[in-house]
This record gives sequence, C-alpha cells and structure tokens, in this order.
Amino acid sequence: MNERPKRVFLERQNYRRRRLIDFIRMVPVFGAILWAVPLLWSTEEGRQVATSDAIVFIFFVWFALVGVGCVLARALRDGNDGSARTQD
Amino acid sequence: MGTLNILVSVCLIYVAFLFLVAFAAERAAMRGNGGWLRSPLVYTLSLSIYCTAWTFYGAVGYAARSGLEYLTIYIGPTLVMLGWWWILRKLVRIGRTQRVTSIADMISSRYGKSNLLAVGVTILAVIGTTPYIALQLQSVTVSFEVFSDAYDATMPSGGQESNALLVAAGLALFTIVFGTRNLDVNERHHGVVMAIAVEAVVKLFALLAVGVFVVWGIGGGVSDILQRIDTSKIGTWQIEGDRWATLIFLSAAAFLCLPRMFQVMVVENDNEDHLRTASWAFPAYLMVMSLFVVPIAVVGLDLLPAGSNPDFFVLTVPLATGNDTLAMLSFLGGFSSATSMVIVAALALSTMVSNHIVMPIWLNTSLGGATVSGDVRNVVLLSRRISIAAVVTLGYLYYRISGGGTALASIGLISFAGVAQFLPVLIGGIFWRGATRPGAFSGLTVGFVIWAYTLLLPSFGGGLISDSLVANGPFGIGWLRPQAFFGITGMDPLVHAVFWSILLNAMTFFAVSLIGFPSPVERLQGAQFVNVFDHSTTLQGWSGDMVQSEDLMIMAQRILGAREAQALFEREAKRQGVTGVLPEPSPEFLQVLERELSGSVGVATAHAMVEQIVGGTSVSVEDLMAVADETAQIMEHSSQLEAKSQELSRTARQLRQANEKLTQISEQKDAFLSQVSHELRTPMTSIRAFSEILRDTEKLSAAEQTKYSTIIHDEALRLTRLLDDLLDLSVLENGQVSLNVQTGKLEALLDHAVATALTGSGSDSLRVLRQRGEERIALRTDLDRLSQVFINLIGNAQKYCDAEHPELRIDVEMSDGRVVVDFIDNGSGISKEDQAVVFEKFARVGVQRASGAGLGLAICREIMTRLGGSVSYLPGQGGAAFRVSLPDDGKMVPQ
Repeated sequence: MNERPKRVFLERQNYRRRRLIDFIRMVPVFGAILWAVPLLWSTEEGRQVATSDAIVFIFFVWFALVGVGCVLARALRDGNDGSARTQD
Repeated sequence: MGTLNILVSVCLIYVAFLFLVAFAAERAAMRGNGGWLRSPLVYTLSLSIYCTAWTFYGAVGYAARSGLEYLTIYIGPTLVMLGWWWILRKLVRIGRTQRVTSIADMISSRYGKSNLLAVGVTILAVIGTTPYIALQLQSVTVSFEVFSDAYDATMPSGGQESNALLVAAGLALFTIVFGTRNLDVNERHHGVVMAIAVEAVVKLFALLAVGVFVVWGIGGGVSDILQRIDTSKIGTWQIEGDRWATLIFLSAAAFLCLPRMFQVMVVENDNEDHLRTASWAFPAYLMVMSLFVVPIAVVGLDLLPAGSNPDFFVLTVPLATGNDTLAMLSFLGGFSSATSMVIVAALALSTMVSNHIVMPIWLNTSLGGATVSGDVRNVVLLSRRISIAAVVTLGYLYYRISGGGTALASIGLISFAGVAQFLPVLIGGIFWRGATRPGAFSGLTVGFVIWAYTLLLPSFGGGLISDSLVANGPFGIGWLRPQAFFGITGMDPLVHAVFWSILLNAMTFFAVSLIGFPSPVERLQGAQFVNVFDHSTTLQGWSGDMVQSEDLMIMAQRILGAREAQALFEREAKRQGVTGVLPEPSPEFLQVLERELSGSVGVATAHAMVEQIVGGTSVSVEDLMAVADETAQIMEHSSQLEAKSQELSRTARQLRQANEKLTQISEQKDAFLSQVSHELRTPMTSIRAFSEILRDTEKLSAAEQTKYSTIIHDEALRLTRLLDDLLDLSVLENGQVSLNVQTGKLEALLDHAVATALTGSGSDSLRVLRQRGEERIALRTDLDRLSQVFINLIGNAQKYCDAEHPELRIDVEMSDGRVVVDFIDNGSGISKEDQAVVFEKFARVGVQRASGAGLGLAICREIMTRLGGSVSYLPGQGGAAFRVSLPDDGKMVPQ
C-alpha cells in the first residue's frame, strides 16, 4: 500500500475519513435503537424484567457507546481533521 | 449544633475557594496565559451544569419512586452528544461565526434579526427557567435543614427561607462579579466556566464517594447490591414504553434548548474541536453520575424508616450511618450542583433580558438613540447586573410563593417540556432554509400555549385552572380537555402534553413557513445558517455612503471601551490602507463593527444601533444572487467551467494546428532551399565546365567553340529563367504583385497564348483543337497574367504529352455563371500520386525530358489565386487535363 503513488494514498485516506464520519453519524442511531429495546419489555405482572438485568443491559450499552465514541473521536483527530483545529 | 457550625464554615470556605478559582482564572486569562483554562476537559466539565441539584438529589428520589425511569434524563443528552456531528457541530459553528450570545439571539438572528422574536424567546425562557432556579434554592435550603435536623428531613422550619435568601444573594453576587466583569466581545467568562468545572468535579466525586460507600461500605459488593435491588420494591421493570421514549426525547430536546446549556455549549465554546472530545467524555460523565443512583436508593429504602424523603437519601444515608464527613462532602456536591446551575442560568437569562429587552427599550427611550453622549458600556453592564439580580430574585419569589412543597419537585420535567418548544424552530432554522419568521413565531406561540394549558397550569392544582375544567374541558367541550385532547383519555399527562405541544408547534411552524415569503435579510441569514460549512464569511452589507465614521467611533467606544474601539478602528483603517485612525465606512467595515458590537449587546441590538447611525441596510445584487437560487448558481458555475474547458481544448487544438503548420512550413522551406541550390548548381556546373574547356583548350575548332558557347548560353538562359521564375513566385506569394486589370476577349487571349507557347517548334508538334464559338467571352482581369497561365499550360502539354500525335483540346464553357477553360491533352496523363504534388514547387513529373525547373504550375496556381480564380487538375479525361476557373467578376456578358 505504501509503495503506491502518494496521490492514491491520499485518496484512500480521504475515503477512510468519510467512512469514519459515517460511523460517527450512525453511533447515536445505534444507541437510540439499543435503548429502545426496553420498549419491548413487558410491564405485566409476573413477566417483568428484573431491574438488575435492566441495569446491566442499559449500562452495558452506555459503556459500549462511550467506548466507540471515544475511539472514533480520537481516530478523527489522527486522521488529521482539516476543518477542526486541534490544539496540539 | 456543632456539626451545623462546621457545615457552615466548610460551606463558606468552599464558596471562598470558588471565588478564588474564578478570580485566578480571570487573571490568567487577562494575562494571556490562560491556555489551560480552555482545554477539552474544562469544556466537558462545564457541560455538567446539566446535572443540577434536581439530578444530584432528585435522581435518587426519582429512582426510589419510579425505578430506572430517571435514566431517561441522562440518556437523551448522551444521544445528543454522541450525535454531535449532526446538530451540535453546526450549532457551535453558527454560534461562532455569527457571534451569537444566547439562544434567543440565535433564533432572532436566524429569522432576520427580529427583536420581537428574541423578546418572545427571552420571556418564554424566563418562564421556563424561573421554577428551576427556585428548585435549586429549595434543594440547598432543604439540604441545610436535613443537616440541622437529621431525624426530620421533610419538615420545613423557620430558618429555611432566610437560608434561601442568603443563598440567592450569594449566587447573584457571584454571577454579577464574574459574569459582568467586563463586556467581553466574545461573551466568554473564564472565571465562571472554571468555577463550574471545579464544581463538576466536586459533585461527581461526592456522588461517587456516597455510591462507593453504599455498595462496599453498607452493602456487600456488587452482587449483593444487585440482589438487594431485585428484592426491593423497584426490583422489576415497571416503566411504560410511552414514558420511556417521551422522556428520552424530552431530555434530548431540553439539552439542546435550555438557555444555560446553550450558554456553556455554544456561547462559551472557543474551540470547535473541544466538542469532539466532549462527544464521548460527557456521556461518560453522565454514565458515572447515574451509576450509583439505584444502589443508593435501594439502600436508603432499606435503611431509613418508611416515609423518609427519598430525594435526600444521598445526604441522609451517610448521616444515618454516622458518617458526617461523607455527608458533608455529599452536601457540597449538592451545593455545587445547585449553585453552578443558578450561576449559568442567571448569566444566560440576564444576557437575553439585557440584550433583547432592556437595551432596545433604553435605546428607544433615550433621545437621539445610539449617538447621544454617555457610556453605553456602563448601561449594558448595569442592565446585565440588574437582570441577574432580577432573575435570581424571581426564582426566590417563586420558591417563596410556591411554598417549596413537592410541587417544585415535579417542575423539572415541566420546565424541560417548556424549553423543548424551541426545538422545532432551532432545528428547522439550521437545516431548512424555508423556515420563516412568521412560522417561527406562530409555532412557538402554539407550542407554548399548549404546554401551559396541558402541563403548566394543571400542575398548580386547583389554583389557576379548575378541576372541573380538567375533567370536562372548557365550556364542557370534551375534545379540549387539557389532559385528553380529542377526547382520548388514558394517556400519561406528560406524554400527552409533550406529544401534542411539540407536534402542533412543529406543524404550525412548518405550515406557516410554507405559505409565507421571507424578507431578504431573513433569506440571507437562512442561507448563512443552513450552509454555514460552505460559506462562513459574508453577512449582508450596509450601505455606508452617508455614515459618519466619527459617529460610529463614538458609539463603538461607548460599547467596546475606548481602547478596544480605537484599536479596532485603527486596525480596520490600516487594512483599508487609509492613513489616520478613522477607516472609511465601507460595508465590510460596518459588518466587522456590527459583529464586534453583537458580542457585547447581541445581534439584534447591534444591528439596531448601527442602523440608527447608518440609516439602512442594503442587500446587494450579489447577496440576492447568493440567496435566490443556489442550484442555478451551481449550474451556471458548472456550465461556465464546461465552456471554459471547451474553450481551452479549442485553443489547444488551434495551437496544435498552428504548430503543425509551422513545422510543415519549416520543412517546406528547408526542402525549397535545397531544391533551389540543386537547381542552381546543375547549370552552373555545366557553365563552369564548358567555360574552362574554352579557356584551357587551345586547339578548338570553330564548330566546337560554337557548340560549347551555345551550351553555356543555353545554361545561362536556363539560370535566368529559373531566377525569373523564383522571383515571380516570391512576388506572387508575398502578395506584392500589382494587377493590371484590362478588358479583353478570351478568344484573342487564347490565340496569343497558343502562338506564344508554340513559337519555335514545328506546327505538327502539338495540334490544338478549339471551339471558337464558345470563346467569344469578354473578360475583365489582368490579361497578361492570365495569358501567362495559359501559355504555361499549353507549353506543358507540348513538353510532356507523350502521345504519338499530340493533341490539346481547349474547352470553354460557362458553368454556374463562371467561365471554365479546360486544357486536355491525349497523353498518358499524370499518375494519382503525382497529381497531389503537381502544383508544388519544383515538382516535376515523369522523365526529365524538358528543362523546366518545376515552378510553372506553382506560379500558375499563385496567379490564379491572386486573380480570384483557381487552377486544378481534372482527373479522368483520358490525358492530362487542367481546369482554369476564371473569377466571377472576370467575365462580362457574352457578345
């Protein structure tokens, strides 16, 4: 890959960056869908989901979203964001 | 009471510490070494003012009552932050480029800098925020009470109100000191932001400490706590789907629209890149904040006697277990939550009130408007300070009037639903260029009326809106019952109110926007907002011909301060290349000035002030073009590009052709030179050789002498002829020939030509066949030159015709009104390859029988071109055939 002409390499980088932004855009959508799962849980007596299970699920989603968001945000800087001004 | 005294002193020390932090931050910023003040971390922590005392104390109470429903309040903002690329990035960019000072400023700026809209938004924001401030005051005073009497947390006592007053006064003081220190052109407050960042750390640490204490100190670790949760009364999932979804939406909307959130997120932001870090760091903060809420609630329910107020479990659980230090820390956490919210809310609201209500009124009432003497700066600062005091006082009064009861606790979501009414207008404004001011105004009005009718008024109980009205609807109209529109009962009141208010708000906004037509300024601003990433520079221009720069200087000095204003004017003057301090009042300068002023007094006010001096705005043709039709612009642009590229390729083609021609000409020239030298050398060689023989050979007979002399003479003649031909050709080619136009008859001309060409040869050498009947045509041309062509052609036939009995037929005919003379012999003709070059210089065909230099036909062609006619080879006539076409005007009427 590195042996390729520089222009092609840049094109590829640009392409990666676009896909990265696509991912960033989709993170809240995934989050909303996952957090909509409790809508499917029954509130009928006897068939209810245990609160501890609910806590584990919701916080697991939360943790995953924060982790993914962190990785993506850092990747965006490493991708040398042209529009945002990085400090360092 | 010893604990209470310690509490009071800790509290005072903490407040002093906050003052110190804010003061240090301001000083560092003033010295210019405040880079660390503006790190992504500080930005993220400053966002935590979202977590007020309502969430610090209230979340546990909420969890104790409704299980995991409290999480919705954090999940909404988490989704908004993770979706920063969609909305927040654009909001922040617009806020920075337009120098927006508040959410009211943002909305008014988008919809044509309308101050009426700004006033409306300001009033609604105040209505929505005041109960919230009251809630904070209540939480601080109640937590004091909890401390002073650990065994009776719910009973209000006499000291509560004075405590609330003290807290309110302290907060107002802090906000005034650090929020209105100076009129910052960027409307950024380093001291305040730093202080709330510190408070964010304190409240997170406090809640974590209590949580860790509860899980590992009281409980037996994670699994034990999870077991306790499942066995408690909130051990099962009981949340209705409608509330879950609605509350997530509501908190997300409020996160974007709350004036205080807008203040820290957009106005105080000074680096867009901080948003990137906050996009994941703030959700992480929220996650940690909500992590220990359920364990604290469950342990509190277990530990404390039934009937204890679960809202203060964070405080009462450590107290009940005798852990006073932890309780103190917890109190400081709650105190931090409350104070940071009140400070920022008061700051944001006071900016709005001062910029959109006080300043316009002051500008209108003071005679002479913006140009009267007196320091506007002081007026602005004073109005800010009064506004801050008024906002906090309003909160305090609300707290006093409402009695600080449980009614306040439910006000959080009602307040959220109120500010969420800004959402359609805000989002529509930054994504839809068709959104108009009437649409925004009517949408907001409809949304707020429905919100007040369905949620706010019923929340006060029987006071403002009667129970019968709630039950039966106004005038008995069941369809208009506040909590059951269209007669559909059974919906959760909050869900009902949020759904209908936001839906009808958005629909009205949309419909009215569709039918209206926005003003030019509004359309420009719309384009600026929606396409902020395409062009972040231009604003609509001022027509500044009649403006006096001095007036502007006076005004700017009074708002920005003398030193800053002079620096600005000098900088602009230098940029314009004008000597002195006062720049020309060009539209660009007025734009810059308006933007600087708007940082201090808001967009609408700055616009109005400049307008007072300038007299009016101008929307230039270019601006209108920018708005009118972007698609047309793009199409025009691309067609321009296409035309340009076509033009370029055309030029390139022309250049290539020219180059080819030049190369060809150069080659021709080289070939011509070599041919000329060759042609010259052959006779010269003969002449030299025979003249040497004549000179050196002594015994030459007379016959030999004559023979050699004749050869020399012939060769000399040939040379002369060649040179004559060359000269002739050169003259013709250069167009230097002067034509001697005469009138004559074709017949006579041909007679002359035949006679001349055949002179000196036997009459049987070439038989010429003519049609004298056709030849009686009068000509008007250069007869000598034409005859030269004829002689050449006849001579060629005589020389090159290889038939046994050479014949030349001369046909004359009128074709298309032109006279055409064909010379056709009965020889073998000219081969196809030679036909192509027969008219070229030095082109000789077949065996070199004759002494021609190969210039004859070239000369013929040049002559005919000069005469306006042509000579060409006529293939397929049996022998060599040449056609001479005479020019149109060359012939006259046949006689």
